[in-house]
Amino acid sequence: MAEHVIEMKGLWTQFGDHIVHRDIDLGVCRGEIMSLVGGSGSGKTTLLRQMLGLERPARGEVLIFGEALHGSDPGIMRRLRDRRGVLFQEGALFSALTVFDNVALPLRELRTLDQGLIHDLVMMKLRMVGIEPQHADKMPAELSGGMVKRIALARALALEPELLFLDEPTAGLDPDRSESFVTLIRELHRELNLTVVMVTHDLDTLVALSTRVAVLCEQRLLIVGTLDEVVANADPFICNFFMGERGRRALTAGKGAQYLA
Amino acid sequence: MPAPATQTIPAPDLRQVIASDGTRRFELSGAWTLRALRFRLTELAPRLAECAAAPSSQWDLRGVQAIDHAGAMLLWRAWGRRRAVDLVLKPEHESLFGDLDLPAEPMPVHARRDPLRLLVFLGRKLLSVLNHLTAVVAILGQVVLDTGFLVRQPARIPWREISSNIYRTGTQALGITALVGFLIGVVLSYLSSQQLKLFGADAFIINILGISVIRELGPVLAAILIAGRSGSAITAQLGVMRVTQELDAMAVMGIPHTLRLILPKMLALAVSMPLIVLWTDAIALLGGMVAAHAELGIGYSYFLSSLPDAVPIANLWLGLGKGVVFGLLIALVACHFGLRIEPNTESLGIGTTNSVVTSITVVIIVDAVFAIMFKDVGIS
Repeated sequence: MAEHVIEMKGLWTQFGDHIVHRDIDLGVCRGEIMSLVGGSGSGKTTLLRQMLGLERPARGEVLIFGEALHGSDPGIMRRLRDRRGVLFQEGALFSALTVFDNVALPLRELRTLDQGLIHDLVMMKLRMVGIEPQHADKMPAELSGGMVKRIALARALALEPELLFLDEPTAGLDPDRSESFVTLIRELHRELNLTVVMVTHDLDTLVALSTRVAVLCEQRLLIVGTLDEVVANADPFICNFFMGERGRRALTAGKGAQYLA
Repeated sequence: MPAPATQTIPAPDLRQVIASDGTRRFELSGAWTLRALRFRLTELAPRLAECAAAPSSQWDLRGVQAIDHAGAMLLWRAWGRRRAVDLVLKPEHESLFGDLDLPAEPMPVHARRDPLRLLVFLGRKLLSVLNHLTAVVAILGQVVLDTGFLVRQPARIPWREISSNIYRTGTQALGITALVGFLIGVVLSYLSSQQLKLFGADAFIINILGISVIRELGPVLAAILIAGRSGSAITAQLGVMRVTQELDAMAVMGIPHTLRLILPKMLALAVSMPLIVLWTDAIALLGGMVAAHAELGIGYSYFLSSLPDAVPIANLWLGLGKGVVFGLLIALVACHFGLRIEPNTESLGIGTTNSVVTSITVVIIVDAVFAIMFKDVGIS
């Protein structure tokens, strides 16, 4: 079995009386692109937040690189900072900083790199995500949603992480931009040997990128498997999700008609 | 499963090999990744620069176990922002060196200092003050127009907003104004009675407390507390509504901001401020009375019965009138700054600070104007 970069064991999430997740077991292997899907409000983003250590599980535990996220060691968040990058849904750029400073911030926090190297690294990351140098001095408020997303991706990649979390990476992007975003993530995944965990609603993105898919439904993890395995499942939720008009179209476009025979 | 978190990363290293024919070769090994490099950068960077300066050398990166963009960039910079002429590396690392040609960091430009900068600075400030004044007058005008509209169509009066604002700015402020008012009353009474005792003019404590609290301290104290408490809240609320585009949503629905947001807040503060002033006056006098009893032995019933003789009733009306004006001004200033907030966090902070500072300043200026205008009223 491949090494698990992230492992969730018997995880429960609960807000007051409201149970979001019941007994979730999920392992993410090194080098794969794992997609989390589920209906609106099924707790996909909350599950992602559990992996990030931003929520505390009611029961169960989360292991990242084999280390318990909520163990007794408080230094784990600091140790993880250069091993994982996160692209938040709305980008979460610091609105008081320029584009350049946003991407430079994690590099400066290391406190060992000199200004020139930081400058070159930031410019390289910006070019990697397709942002022209003249936008580097702008403030996030002056940019379009798509640009904010790409800059947020540049920031997430600034420390060369092994593990990348994407929350709705293509939501709010035009089809052309979504397509190039998908291509970009696929290239980065191949080039940098990234492990990617992605929450998405967008079936095209899902089909284009996922090596495995985890389906969340009614507080539980319905199925984890390759796209073929998931689509073959006869659960009504999965049928609705993948075999609706849009799902069929995405599957046909993405992988040829073999699923639909 | 081993614990990969503790797995050791091979340290990046650089070795110089001189071949028998005299050519130099630099062999790199280990992991040239950001994680591995960051701790050794101070030591490696000068060595790297030294090696790169050597003429006609071969670079051998085949021993490198892992390299990322940061490592590639470090080498690229050492080679003088170009690919080393004689470079051998693993084919899978080739792509990292393919695309490094970036525009160099621009030299920081030192702007020449403008000899007129002080003048320009003052002029800008003045223009900004004028700009604020114009905007405030525009809001005020719109509020007056809205009031006219509401007089003709009383069914459209936003009663709910007004009452909830009165609750938030009035009822919920009772505790803090009482605490501050009581303490100020005690302190004022205690210090004054120390002085009055010297002259044996003990009974005048009632005049001093009555006039100063009812005419001056009560309204100003209440206004400053409300400006800090409710003014900042109003500015922040409107600012967040701007950030989250709620203001735009209202505008699109045809609900004017002034009618639904600003007017109710101004009316609510115009109602609750005089009541808060009355409350603060009463509690401050209570505090003063307690201290006067303790310090000078003046009885409570004597204090209360001689208060109406010592303080003409005009002072109370003046104090309450100030309360109404201060309330209107605080709401106006707070709304003005709230509407000017731009959609970013820094602007929200600056806007809220400016709002509170401005409304407190305005309250004190207007109080001085009141003092001059009514200098012949209520003082026997």
